[in-house]
Amino acid sequence: MIKKNKYTPYLFLAPFFIIFSIFVIYPIFNSLYLSFTETKGINNIFIGFNNYKDVLTDKVFFKSILNVFLILGVQVPIMILLSTIFANLLNDENLKFRWLFRLFIFLPVLIDLVTYSIVFSLIFNENFGIINYVLELLHLPRILWLSGPIASKMLIIIAITWRWTGYNSIIVLAGLQSIDKSLYESSEIDGANSITKLYKITIPLIKPILLFCAIMSTIGTIQLFTEPQLLTLGGPNNATLTPIMYLYQYGFNSFKFGYASAVAYIITVIVFVMSLIQIKLSRGDK
Amino acid sequence: MKKNNFIKYFFLIIISVISVYPFYWLLVGSTLTDTEIFKLPPKLFFGSNFLTNYKNLINNQPIFSAFKNSLTISVIYTILTVYLSALSGYTFAKFEFKYKNLLFSIILITMMLPMQITLIPLFKLSIALGWQNKMQAIIIPALANAFGVFFMRQNMLSVPTELIESGRIDGSSEISIFHKIILPTSLPALSALAILSFIQQWGNFLWPLIILQEKSSTTLPVLLSMMVQRGNVVHYGEVLTGTVINILPVLIIFLFLQKYFISGIYNGAVKG
Repeated sequence: MIKKNKYTPYLFLAPFFIIFSIFVIYPIFNSLYLSFTETKGINNIFIGFNNYKDVLTDKVFFKSILNVFLILGVQVPIMILLSTIFANLLNDENLKFRWLFRLFIFLPVLIDLVTYSIVFSLIFNENFGIINYVLELLHLPRILWLSGPIASKMLIIIAITWRWTGYNSIIVLAGLQSIDKSLYESSEIDGANSITKLYKITIPLIKPILLFCAIMSTIGTIQLFTEPQLLTLGGPNNATLTPIMYLYQYGFNSFKFGYASAVAYIITVIVFVMSLIQIKLSRGDK
Repeated sequence: MKKNNFIKYFFLIIISVISVYPFYWLLVGSTLTDTEIFKLPPKLFFGSNFLTNYKNLINNQPIFSAFKNSLTISVIYTILTVYLSALSGYTFAKFEFKYKNLLFSIILITMMLPMQITLIPLFKLSIALGWQNKMQAIIIPALANAFGVFFMRQNMLSVPTELIESGRIDGSSEISIFHKIILPTSLPALSALAILSFIQQWGNFLWPLIILQEKSSTTLPVLLSMMVQRGNVVHYGEVLTGTVINILPVLIIFLFLQKYFISGIYNGAVKG
């Protein structure tokens, strides 16, 4: 037998775990500690749960949470539905120009968040953007995409949906392609039409993938930052302020590290609970 | 049946136009003057101002240093994170050792936490290390890439153990087995992770915005965001020319490595 050095695995893991401990593990505990302190001069003063009390009673923070839940409550179901439809259309082997449609639908995945936010701010410009121009041509009222409290949320929803539907379609499409074709063939023998096939075979089999997409999108939307930062700067009147923007403002504009750490922990708990709820919901169905 | 098909293609064409239009528009916008960009009806075809926009952009903004910074950070990060993730993923997949499950569970748990939880301490740490406006502030913390380790572990599980054993019989050291046998057999997975890492780092925004505040040391997305900041006069011709420069590397990678890109997204999702 060849003798294995029993230290090999530890040596191999050491570089990763050294970096991981310094830049992930330590910060996780350090920000927990900071969340119970307030910085006065060069000292951190322990103030118990005061930061948490202040954050949780701040109406602006509450509004930022409400904003992302309103946005994801509308956006996630729409996007999952669209991704499923696109993936089903693209999964048809007889579709002409299939590769081209697939390329087009996936294209938004490639653009970085800053670039597409800038482009969307111009396309949806209230006075000169093409969207309002087309609405006017159709004799519809112009929409105040950047200054209306509801319209600005709609803009964020449209932007995220544009950016991420292709990404989720890739995942759903790959899931569809992993379904055994003989399942469809045998159900055809039993006389199933395409709608029964969709409900009885496709949806149950790709449900775990749809759930995965829903969880990732929910978590992603709770952590929304770049789009509102560039499109609306959280406005009008905090209508598109998000928890991470709130964290950013307290942490890096006013340097209240203790307060911002409490915000970070509250966001983390929300993200954690949301993923647990979605996993529970999916199991409850069975 | 015919009518059904017509609706299907019509729908797909509409969706394609919606998907492509913002790309087309940023290309068109980069060839227009600032006044043409804000003109009604909106311009749908290319103008002739690209060279002027480009000249103004390189005169008014450190666009080349931002490009160089973005490229350097993304390339170094990609190489290092793929190597470290492969080494750690291989260890978790193919070795038995004490505390293996505990260590792996810790990695899995941190994958579920939002990255913002580390933001404040990371900032304090980077300041203490003197890393403000330095590339290592972006590269080194990001190497604690739990997803990368997880992704490589899932892929390394399918590497045949006999391959490793035969290397040991030949008397190779463990590290040269990793370099000469494991890495070459895992090329598809390594490529997929490399592309995902590069694109993610290329578009990275929040942390560079915080730690690379100097215009000459910052990355393309942060520079672009500075160019459109409220309260300044924004030259959109220059901005859109900048966005063209910003999306080019990713588009080129995608055109050449589409296959790995898609398998990366899928495997990252489903095995994740």
